[in-house]
Amino acid sequence: MYLNQFLLLSVLLFCAGVYGVMTRKHTVLVLMSIELMLAAVNLNFVAFGAFRADVVGQVFALFVLTIAAAEVGVGLAIVLLIYRNLHSSDPDDVDVLKG
Amino acid sequence: MTSATLAAAAEHPWFLENAWLIPLIPALSFVAILAVGKRLGARAAWIGVGSVGGVWVLAVGSAIQWIQRINSVHGGEESLPEASHAEAFRTFGRGVLRPLAEEAEHATTAVTPITRSVSWWSNGGFDLNVGIRIDGLAVVLLVVVTTISLLVHYYSTEYMKDDRRFTHYFAALSLFTASMLFLVVADNMVQFLVGWELVGLCSFLLIGHWWEEKPNSDAALKAFLTTRTGDIGLLCGVIMTYFVAQRATGQGTFDIGVINQSAMSLGADGTAKSLLFWCAAGLLLGIMGKSGQFPLHTWLPDAMAGPTPVSALIHAATMVVAGVYLGARVYPVFFNGFDIAGGGVNLMAAIGGITVIIGAALAFVQRDIKKVLAYSTISQLGYMVMGLGVGAWSAALFHLFTHAFFKANLFLGAGSVSHSGAHHSFDMVSDMGGLRKYMPRTYATFLIGTAALAGFPLFAGFFSKDEILATAGHNGYEFFMYLGFVGGGMTAAYMTRCIYLTFHGEYRGARHPAQEHTHGAAAAHADADAGRQGGHANGHEGGHADHGPHESPRPILVPLYVLSFMSVAAGLVFAPMLFDLTDLSLFEKFPEWTEPGGTGFVDFAALGLHPEFRWIDPLLATLFAGIGFGLSYAFFWKKAFLQEATLRNKQLRAGKKFLENKYYLDHLYTDIVVGTTKGPIARAAYWVNQYVIDAVLRGAGVVAKRAGRFTYDVIDQKGVDGVPNGLAALTGTTGGATNRLQTGRLQGYALWILLGTTALAFWVAAIVLAN
Repeated sequence: MYLNQFLLLSVLLFCAGVYGVMTRKHTVLVLMSIELMLAAVNLNFVAFGAFRADVVGQVFALFVLTIAAAEVGVGLAIVLLIYRNLHSSDPDDVDVLKG
Repeated sequence: MTSATLAAAAEHPWFLENAWLIPLIPALSFVAILAVGKRLGARAAWIGVGSVGGVWVLAVGSAIQWIQRINSVHGGEESLPEASHAEAFRTFGRGVLRPLAEEAEHATTAVTPITRSVSWWSNGGFDLNVGIRIDGLAVVLLVVVTTISLLVHYYSTEYMKDDRRFTHYFAALSLFTASMLFLVVADNMVQFLVGWELVGLCSFLLIGHWWEEKPNSDAALKAFLTTRTGDIGLLCGVIMTYFVAQRATGQGTFDIGVINQSAMSLGADGTAKSLLFWCAAGLLLGIMGKSGQFPLHTWLPDAMAGPTPVSALIHAATMVVAGVYLGARVYPVFFNGFDIAGGGVNLMAAIGGITVIIGAALAFVQRDIKKVLAYSTISQLGYMVMGLGVGAWSAALFHLFTHAFFKANLFLGAGSVSHSGAHHSFDMVSDMGGLRKYMPRTYATFLIGTAALAGFPLFAGFFSKDEILATAGHNGYEFFMYLGFVGGGMTAAYMTRCIYLTFHGEYRGARHPAQEHTHGAAAAHADADAGRQGGHANGHEGGHADHGPHESPRPILVPLYVLSFMSVAAGLVFAPMLFDLTDLSLFEKFPEWTEPGGTGFVDFAALGLHPEFRWIDPLLATLFAGIGFGLSYAFFWKKAFLQEATLRNKQLRAGKKFLENKYYLDHLYTDIVVGTTKGPIARAAYWVNQYVIDAVLRGAGVVAKRAGRFTYDVIDQKGVDGVPNGLAALTGTTGGATNRLQTGRLQGYALWILLGTTALAFWVAAIVLAN
């Protein structure tokens, strides 16, 4: 088993997710990019778990999946409310807290 | 080739061992069409046609090699010269020259299927594989699915021309085929389940292809949710198969071969009866949902909202036959769970039998030609499930085989009628009639399909249906045999009605052909279209030079010809058996080619579940079909009796209303079942919200308020005001200084978080490395 390949893929996934979070102009796409980052983390868990022949890594991944589902549920609800109130899904328009 | 390489080919049949390619190729085609389809435009369809064509070659190759394999195993039981002669004939000269010793070695009835698998994932000491299990049953389905899918793909290149989502349509068609093939080759129940759900998803996509109109997307949802209701049972059943294997072997597994073997040994022991029963009942619920069995059949007629080629695919090759295939796949579970060898009555036969009659009765009152065919599919699926329920395994499979061809023939014929003869309408009563003159070729193929469906002698449906009924009678299910005969009569009658309304009488199209070049009727044309096909039809308007009914172009007619041929030829697999022409051994042995035999499956021959041929069965079937046809002919052509009877007679009117409302099942589901569960649950949730959660919150509020008052009066006002005031001033100053950082831009914050985390990571790394 070569751990590096999984870690490399995970890094790529994570970077793609970070890039998406930084640059996307649609809140849903930002949420999806966050999912990508979570997937990268999951991959790390599973890869390390498999590498160390330890089932805990997979268990953690399952927990992360569950949390991610809940997070998307909340996130989408927020997006929906933002859209209702601001008629926009651009994260840049959500600047009520601007100092 | 030398005989040595030929023998090697028999040991390692290439097509059978590489059957994993069969689901893979259409799946790749799905990806390819999605990736480059938009750029290719109409040519994207040919990716789909090409890949399914390739898969068809693979499927037929595996069928031929499977028959070779069967012959090499069973050959030893026959006298040698005859066997090798017959075999050379069967396999078109590719017969294998085998040494005598090898032949003796294989002198057993069990033909081991080809299985190959790779580990998909493993956890907690449990390995789940993904693989292929190719035996006679799978091979039959492979041939059916790929043949129908190929013809439907080709047909769609014309039928769906200029559709606004042409690319997506072909992508979904490819995925549909791929998932069905994935299900067919599955070697374990979990893989089967994955394919099953993929098929459901694709049917959802394709039924709702024209989703801009509410009825279409509703129909797609209904199909999805209704089959999902059955899938609850399926899921329970699949989980229970694991424990069936565990009870028999001590080691739980989802492997289909082991499950079948386990079910047989548990059945032989007579232990774990209730486990087998509930497992079979759960799986049966899945079959009922997927294969449109009463009372979960209601989605199937609504599924007609999809494009017609899709209806043909759903009704003939993919989707609905998946349920019957499941029944055939793990048949030992049903066989022992429902005690099918016992005769009398059992759940599976009863469900099938009810569905035969219920479906056929509903077909009488439909105005929509596709709905007639949909209800007839329900009825025919009823025959198959009933066949499985009475122990007619190979006959049910054979009916699946023949039904696929003639039902696809009829659906594509109906599509041809609607496409070229009725301005994209499917309403027989108002928009069709008299089309025989304008579309003679479609008419001829439709007649052949009808004859096959109605079971007229020498057509395909005649042999397969009769085989089911004969086996039912032989196995002690006489009641179901007569039920089947009655259903056959009803089939002949409603199909005669359908033919009459569509092809005979006066043309009642939205536009009379006499006015075909006047522009005044263009609005009528648009109206007829708007009812069904929306944007699709609009795209077509410029394409038709001739707006009157006319014969369809070649991509529509060619599949019809092929399917008509198969509607006749498919039945002849059994014909020589009927006429005792066993010397023509090319076609004699459908059961032998498909039934696995041995101890790992129900050994039908050993249990005496194959009926002897009796002349009375085909004669009775013909008699009932003839009566049905005769009554219908007299009613529609000769107006001999009871015209307008529903207008005069109250009971008949009530009966018709009952049928037109589809036994009020839809009302039962949406109003009563969903309504009553929805209401109380909502009310209960409201009550909990009002009286439990709110009370807690209110109590907390009251406590907090008192505490706050106390804090304010005693602590805050009397002592610590100085500190907070000072802090507030400090905070105000700091806030003023830092509020320029608060840009309000989310992604800016994200950047800071990233930078901070990275810095933190470097810091931690530095500490770790320093130690």
